[in-house]
Amino acid sequence: MLRRLAASRSSGLAALALVVALLPLALQNAYYYEVAILVGLNAIVCVGLNLLIGYAGQISLGHAGFFGLGAYGSAILTARYGWPPLAAMAVTTLGVAALAYLIGRPILRLRGHYLAMATLGMGIIISIVVATEDQLTGGPDGMSVPALSVFGFAFAGERVWYWVVGVALLVAVWVARNLVDSPHGRALRALHGSEVGAEVAGIDSARHKVRVFVISAVYASIAGGLTAHYAGFVTPAKVTFFHSIELVTMVVFGGMASTFGAVVGAAVLTTLPQALTLFKEYEMVVFGAVMMLTMIFMPRGLVPTLAALFDRPEGPGKASRDAGGGGIRPPAR
Amino acid sequence: MTLLRVEQLSKEFGGVRAVADLQFSIAAGQVFSIIGPNGAGKTTLLNLLTGVYVPSTGRIWFEERNLTGRAPYEYAACGIARTFQNLQVFFNMSALENVMVGRYLHERCGLPAAMLRFPSLGRAERETRSECEKLMHFVGLGAYLETAADAMPYGALKRLEIARALATRPRLVLLDEPAAGLNPTETLEVDALISKLAKSGITVVLVEHNMRLVMGVSDHILVLDYGRQLAEGSAEVVRRDPRVIEAYLGAAASAEPVSAGGAP
Amino acid sequence: MSAQFAQYLLTGVTVGAIYALVALGFSIIYNASHVINFAQGEFVMIGGMTTVSLTAIGWPLPLAIGAAVVAAALVGFALEKFAVEPARGASVVTLIIITIGASILLRGLATLVWDKNIHALQAFSGDTPIQIAGASLVPQSLWVMGITLVIVLLLTWFFGRTLLGKALLATSHNRLAAQLVGINVRHVLLASFGLSAALGAVAGILVAPITFTSWDVGVMLGLKGFAAAILGGLGSGPGAVLGGLALGLIEAMGAGYISSAYKDVIAFVIILAVLFFMPSGLLGTRSTDRV
Repeated sequence: MLRRLAASRSSGLAALALVVALLPLALQNAYYYEVAILVGLNAIVCVGLNLLIGYAGQISLGHAGFFGLGAYGSAILTARYGWPPLAAMAVTTLGVAALAYLIGRPILRLRGHYLAMATLGMGIIISIVVATEDQLTGGPDGMSVPALSVFGFAFAGERVWYWVVGVALLVAVWVARNLVDSPHGRALRALHGSEVGAEVAGIDSARHKVRVFVISAVYASIAGGLTAHYAGFVTPAKVTFFHSIELVTMVVFGGMASTFGAVVGAAVLTTLPQALTLFKEYEMVVFGAVMMLTMIFMPRGLVPTLAALFDRPEGPGKASRDAGGGGIRPPAR
Repeated sequence: MTLLRVEQLSKEFGGVRAVADLQFSIAAGQVFSIIGPNGAGKTTLLNLLTGVYVPSTGRIWFEERNLTGRAPYEYAACGIARTFQNLQVFFNMSALENVMVGRYLHERCGLPAAMLRFPSLGRAERETRSECEKLMHFVGLGAYLETAADAMPYGALKRLEIARALATRPRLVLLDEPAAGLNPTETLEVDALISKLAKSGITVVLVEHNMRLVMGVSDHILVLDYGRQLAEGSAEVVRRDPRVIEAYLGAAASAEPVSAGGAP
Repeated sequence: MSAQFAQYLLTGVTVGAIYALVALGFSIIYNASHVINFAQGEFVMIGGMTTVSLTAIGWPLPLAIGAAVVAAALVGFALEKFAVEPARGASVVTLIIITIGASILLRGLATLVWDKNIHALQAFSGDTPIQIAGASLVPQSLWVMGITLVIVLLLTWFFGRTLLGKALLATSHNRLAAQLVGINVRHVLLASFGLSAALGAVAGILVAPITFTSWDVGVMLGLKGFAAAILGGLGSGPGAVLGGLALGLIEAMGAGYISSAYKDVIAFVIILAVLFFMPSGLLGTRSTDRV
């Protein structure tokens, strides 16, 4: 059933909308709202990142860089130059897209671990620049960011932000699933399955890789901008290599090539550390162990594995749009 | 009319010439077969003719356009499609989706239209789907429409690649050992399929070890040995060529003609 | 040669030797299993921290070092046995996440076994700097360079002359074929993890008197080691050494002549530039797709 849910575009989106609409019933105080908002923001990045990693099969260990540029770009334009937040976010996003295009063209020619290294290097370069240029960014201490206001209406308070992020997430998922279900999405999955196979079918794989890289960077940048305005503060912590790894982990944990997997992965791994504070000094041990065990026993990730489990009666003959893939690997046969 | 022409084509790998100084042309509407012992350079030649490899020297002309050094997708855009000996199926997709990928070149769909799902896209997708379903029936895969590619038997995957190649609406299709690993019944079906392709006006380049198949369907045969052109001509001419017999069966057997199905 | 340049050169080679050892660890595991072990830096940490705590309770330094290397190797075996082996056949990204999980777990354990403080290890032979060409050099740097050189020679002998070394190489080229000629691939995998863990530990012990050690010292060193392995060409032994030394020198020169805040930026920009022109690193094998 889960798989059928995931397979049909509108019903999956409707289910997610329902969750977003009903979740406030379970959110008892501002702290819960805060966690939910954090989940939503991370989920937006992961939905975009999943297009790159899960569907196109290209790894990036540097997306926190784009997230950070989105956050700092918007923060600097509003706080230092007095731009209206929406304009700042829009211009920042365009800038990030242009940068991703310029970086993506050379580095997406690399494969596998070399691409991992290159994206990792890119992320680290961005994070060091952010932490060092303290006149603009406030350095390691971070900087405060004006609240998001649109035509005089200021978005303040957890409840308002919950709906802003909720709607943004739904739009993000809708757009991502549209893309996946289009000829462009098929091209991405094809070049993941076999790059040479895709090429001889007429697909310019380099162009598609760069495009999806730019799209995923835009997702990260928008989420970064929203995060900055929501929190009212940005620090270099969200730009680091660790945050990049966190984001990739969410995507893989939830299930590669599954848009809802990315959302679930973001939800689980954002809330888990909050829950693990109970374990105090054992927090890291438990977190590491959960990560390892999940990936060892569910190498395809949470959602595809569970979907296959619930869906067994339909048999292995049915192709599922989402659960396929199995990640970045050379075509095995 | 010449569809594809090759001039002085060579490919070296670290000093070893896998293909050397080939010169031939393929007429439109032919079934053009490339044969030769293992390691003769047949697959390398196919990779050159589809842009997967860039030639070390020489030129490739398709309809008097110089395609030398272009990328595989540009060859595809010109109307050249192929299948692979080592399957390049998209195992992360369903069978039908594999074929739909082949329609990529003919789908007019901008990125914004895709991301915002314009209504026109829905219609185009339905059209693509039904056309690809027809293609799957054409190659005899009607039973596998919604099957995941990684759940299909080997023989069906071979035909799936043919269907995907046809979906690009090629004028020239290159088949790399379409009958390898198939049982006799399946081989007969592939035989019939190639004849059907030829009749529909598509030029076919066939690399195959099964001599019965090759001799039956080919209009023209190119024989390679150690990357060089050993002989060329109709099935009759090639069958009688002593150099071909020697290359295949060794000098001792050169008294006898190559028997049908007697390939190594 | 100016004194300043000599100073940067010596610093660069010392740091580079450490990177080279970590990079060799990455390459050895990659060769045997095609896994990038993101917990490689944790071996560095285990080596340093174990030595520190054993010497603190009165063990003589050589014994403590030996025990620390063995401890790291055991952790390496365990990592292979309980995390990598069960996930055989999983995708590259999945394996990366598993080893990252392992590194978080190991760091967490380190905070439990030890603490979150920074520890110093006594230098092997005093702290009096030596003057060379106007530059001053701590004796520990000589230990780093010397032992790294010895290890590189030993590894060359190991892979060139011993059966296990050749089995490791064979497995890296073709796992199935290695299995068919009677190599126990599972033992080879275990050995590769043990060996690279031991290498990491040695690096961690050598560097501990210079840069100190702590529960999270492995993060940056692991990252640099990975960068060095990629720069040199993944899976290439000489490449790992070259990559490590190059990275160390780039950092030292960049920090000295350009900007210490941007030394890592300079290093990564150069790595990206190298990959742009040589997508398989400096000494990596260029592969042709066979289709």
